[in-house]
Amino acid sequence: MTILARAADRARSAREPRILETGRSSLRGPDRLARGLGWFSIALGVIELLGARRLARAFGMQGAEWLIRSYGVREIASGLGALSINPASGIASRIGGDGLDLLTLMAANCRTRKQRDNVELALLAVAGVSLLDLYCHQELSSLHQRRGTARDYRDRSGFPNGKPKLE
Amino acid sequence: MKALVWHGKQDIRCDRVSDPEIEDPRDAIIKVTSCAICGSDLHLFHNLIPAMLPGDIMGHEMMGEVVEVGSTAKNALRKGDRIVVPFTIICGECDQCKRGNFSVCERTNRKKALADKVFGHTTAGLFGYTHLTGGYPGGQAEYLRVPFADATHIKVPPQLSDEQALFLGDILPTGWQAAAQCDIAPTDIVAIWGCGPVGQMAIRSAMLLGARTVVAIDHLPERLSMAEAAGAITIDFMQDSVVGRLNDLTDGKGPDKCIDAVGLEAHVSPAQPDSVLDRAKQMLMLENDRPHVLREMIYVCRPAGVISVPGVYSGLVDKLPLGMAMNKGLTFRMGQTHVNRWTDDLLRRIEEGQIDPSFVITHTVRLEDGPEMYRVFRDKQDSCIKVVLKP
Ligand SMILES: NC(=O)c1ccc[n+]([C@@H]2O[C@H](COP(=O)([O-])OP(=O)(O)OC[C@H]3O[C@@H](n4cnc5c(N)ncnc54)[C@H](O)[C@@H]3O)[C@@H](O)[C@H]2O)c1
Ligand SMILES: [Zn+2]
Ligand SMILES: [Zn+2]
Repeated sequence: MTILARAADRARSAREPRILETGRSSLRGPDRLARGLGWFSIALGVIELLGARRLARAFGMQGAEWLIRSYGVREIASGLGALSINPASGIASRIGGDGLDLLTLMAANCRTRKQRDNVELALLAVAGVSLLDLYCHQELSSLHQRRGTARDYRDRSGFPNGKPKLE
Repeated sequence: MKALVWHGKQDIRCDRVSDPEIEDPRDAIIKVTSCAICGSDLHLFHNLIPAMLPGDIMGHEMMGEVVEVGSTAKNALRKGDRIVVPFTIICGECDQCKRGNFSVCERTNRKKALADKVFGHTTAGLFGYTHLTGGYPGGQAEYLRVPFADATHIKVPPQLSDEQALFLGDILPTGWQAAAQCDIAPTDIVAIWGCGPVGQMAIRSAMLLGARTVVAIDHLPERLSMAEAAGAITIDFMQDSVVGRLNDLTDGKGPDKCIDAVGLEAHVSPAQPDSVLDRAKQMLMLENDRPHVLREMIYVCRPAGVISVPGVYSGLVDKLPLGMAMNKGLTFRMGQTHVNRWTDDLLRRIEEGQIDPSFVITHTVRLEDGPEMYRVFRDKQDSCIKVVLKP
């Protein structure tokens, strides 16, 4: 990011302030994790879209290429959500997707040893990522939610001389 | 010096940056004593206003002490003067400035060619905002270079505190202009959407300008309570039908004047289905803004009424019922605020005790805590309404 700032310096006048040292960001751990998961989701989505045929062969899901492709679209949509200004919605949609992925893998109809190994590996990976998604969603919600009771500001009229007369 | 720097979407950092220098004889440098986070900063935080660049210094509501004056600015300012800096940079000499249309000053946008292309014609240079308005470094920093400083300032009398004077640079005149542009008559019912800092100032301005009744709309209880403090009737848009309540309150006629103090980021909720669609389109880059409030105002406003829009919109909006507005004969007034058009009058009103804008401040923190406060203000946590930063 500071590299980008350096590049952008060309749009500034010569004597304008330049970054010397960068400090703590408004982005917190869960926000960054959500961004990571967002990009991961998009990458996975592209692989599912473009490599549906190979994936189907690897997991014994021949004939279900269209399903894999539709999952790809879903991954990309969730990814965009996770990269948006309200990442919790994107991560929630990823969690739903994780469930679907697990069910779909368990229903795979494996005919070879290799396929069974692949499915097992994939199940393990999806389970791991699901845990990360759940953790991220929980942390995001607790970081960004409104807490406590709303304060009462009914003593703040802003009119030192009293309210202007109405009606 | 320290400054709050924009690095990207939702990424604002308190960085160490080099100090500003005088670049032109009309410049002055101030040591910032107080600055604030504005609702407009949230649009930048969310990267919804195009042409922000990493490394841009944020902030357009600031005041301080003059520490260096360029040779020409010396005619108007001296070292040690205490000034509020309006967020609109003005030359004071062009055709528009002479007419008081300061926010469309023809000379202060140093990226005029770009603005001419994008907007059709350039508008004024703004502090801490997009490069479409000059990309001038902002005032959430220890020091600020004020270009055209001989015209771009408001002198503050010593008896006023920073807290009383600071908002002369933005939200007070913004709320005031929103109400003034409604040409309020003593019989008028004025409805105001959004009880953020701008809405709060608009509520009080409408009252000082003699509205019969002011109705304030939001969904955050702390903000509604602050609207009530001024004597407004409140509507919680998540509990009640805004159109239904407004029609009830006006004998079915609709409010005479409507003010949009929300802007392009209308709350997204299934209760306002159009806002969900707008949000989706925003994400797919099919639409820039979420104009739910504009649609609602056009629908509920009394025929021949006025719609005044201080809320910021950035680009293209969809499904705006223009036919409805045309047939109802509505008048639209909008714009970035012509700050210096109003500040002499407003300064007098503050001195006389008619209004004290410091009522809106809920949080005062150090500049270093700025990045965290962007998040708190955005997430509406801790009953936050207005944040003041002390560099
Ligand atoms: N024209 C100018 O020169 C100028 C100057 C300053 C600020 N602004 C703009 O004014 C707007 C408000 O600024 P602010 O500082 O008060 O921001 P803010 O974000 O604190 O306030 C916006 C308020 O609108 C409420 N809201 C959201 N959806 C709503 C709906 N559907 N109906 C009613 N209320 C709704 C929110 O709950 C919030 O309280 C922003 O768009 C800002 O950019 C314009
Ligand atoms: Zn502002
Ligand atoms: Zn001018």
